Amino acid sequence: MSILSVKNLSCVYSKGTPFEHTAVDNISFDVERGDFIGIIGHTGSGKSTLVQMLNGLLKPSSGTIALDGINIWDKPKEIRKIRFKVGLVFQYPEYQLFEETVEKDIAFGPTNMGLSEKEIHERVLSAAKFVDLNSEFLEKSPFDLSGGEKRRAAIAGVIAMDPDILILDEPCAGLDPLGRDILLSQIYRYHQQRGNTVLLVSHSMEDVASVCDKVMVMNHSHLELYDTTHNVFSEGDRLNSIGLRIPQITSVIDSLIAAGIPLKKGTLTVEQAVEDITEYLKREGRL
Amino acid sequence: MRDITLGQYFPADSVIHRLDPRVKILSLIAYIALIFCTFNFASLAFAAAFVLTVVLLSKVPVRMYLKSLKVIIVIVIITSLLNLFYGTGEPIWQWGFIKVTWAGIHNAVFVCVRIVCLILLSSALTFTTSPTDLTDALERLMKPLTVFHIKVHEIAMMMTIALRFVPTLLEETDKIMSAQKARGADMESGSIIQRIKALVPVLIPLFVSAFRRAYELAIAMECRCYQGGEGRTRMKQLHLSKSDYLSMIVTLLVIAGVVLFNVLFPHLI
Repeated sequence: MSILSVKNLSCVYSKGTPFEHTAVDNISFDVERGDFIGIIGHTGSGKSTLVQMLNGLLKPSSGTIALDGINIWDKPKEIRKIRFKVGLVFQYPEYQLFEETVEKDIAFGPTNMGLSEKEIHERVLSAAKFVDLNSEFLEKSPFDLSGGEKRRAAIAGVIAMDPDILILDEPCAGLDPLGRDILLSQIYRYHQQRGNTVLLVSHSMEDVASVCDKVMVMNHSHLELYDTTHNVFSEGDRLNSIGLRIPQITSVIDSLIAAGIPLKKGTLTVEQAVEDITEYLKREGRL
Repeated sequence: MRDITLGQYFPADSVIHRLDPRVKILSLIAYIALIFCTFNFASLAFAAAFVLTVVLLSKVPVRMYLKSLKVIIVIVIITSLLNLFYGTGEPIWQWGFIKVTWAGIHNAVFVCVRIVCLILLSSALTFTTSPTDLTDALERLMKPLTVFHIKVHEIAMMMTIALRFVPTLLEETDKIMSAQKARGADMESGSIIQRIKALVPVLIPLFVSAFRRAYELAIAMECRCYQGGEGRTRMKQLHLSKSDYLSMIVTLLVIAGVVLFNVLFPHLI
């Protein structure tokens, strides 16, 4: 059974006023347990609205969201339980830190779950480990950390709730290239080790291509494409037509293919491309 | 949270909208004084008629005015009731210690009409004047105070900035609340003390970010060599036009009218 099953989901803001605006329009999809899915789309395409509905922060105007086969709005009073199961890391999450120490801040989520002190402590340590914050950091005030460290602390705060599904809204926004790579590899490692489902909202095609198994493309409140990363990025023209681009390396390889060099369509990473080209050159006897 | 409209400016093209904001503010102040100088029903009715005329001229939907009245309707009812039961003179109806007198009824009606008129006319001011125009006008009106070393320009700048950041901070509050709710914060249930405690995770990040924004804004202003009001020219100069003079005359006539009604019909109570 799919861990998350979304049917005919719509969300309309300010319904019945002149400011009425449909942010998400009749979307259906299934997410399998252990998937690592990238969600891409323009600003205002409905990505953030979608992920806020998935953990019950926004109530859908119509349609259903089923988590493990149970509609999350069946018992509106217990919506907090859903939020523990579907952890959402907001954009720029470092602005939500508030406790005296990083440790207490990471513990905020687990404490709200009503866990025992011992369990909370263990969870904080293991969550901090995923984002490489050692015990020295845990004692500090979150306001003394650097921007990147704050962001990691905030992400640890959600990981510590051990959600079945972890959703990250633009986790790399505003980080330098090295910080991006480090954070992405930490998220990737979390996915590999815990085997949990991860949804990654991003603007960067490169980021999505490097870590995600599947990609969801949002366009004007609709779900335009939902397929494996390889298949989605093979549709370069279609992505271009809605104003999104494919990863640079994919388009370079596509151009080479168009120039008559037999390479694999839908190459996603530079490493893969290097391998393919080397192999081709060897085959041709030029290397 | 997102549906809150603050600063309530309602853009439209009406006579009232086009008036100089300084004239509007001064007229409002004059009218507030005036409404408390209405001593009989004739002058009260005259003053109320003026308010209704302004409301109709403003081309702002009456629905919006009713909305602003809704907020204070409880206060109006309570003060009217208090006045009703605490009048002096012969009781015309009595039940236990509660008694109603003619003076009580008179007071209740006056208080009610006065408050409603005040709210309507102040709403007319905020509906028809944008917040920037308002602060601009206040700055000009308070200019004489510089004689007493009061930093009028700085006060006006603070007001403008405060108004500018209201929507920003509202949006931010919304975001932080969502983020903490996503971590299981419970803000909708529990006792009052629990609910106040639940606000701490929202308020601390909010204050931190407000200070951060203030700091960034100060630097950005200094980078553009801002150093206060001295020698500063303005892009939008306020000019009094024909209709402004006309409206000042109307205001004066209304004042004269109220005084006249007070004098002419003293027996109307």
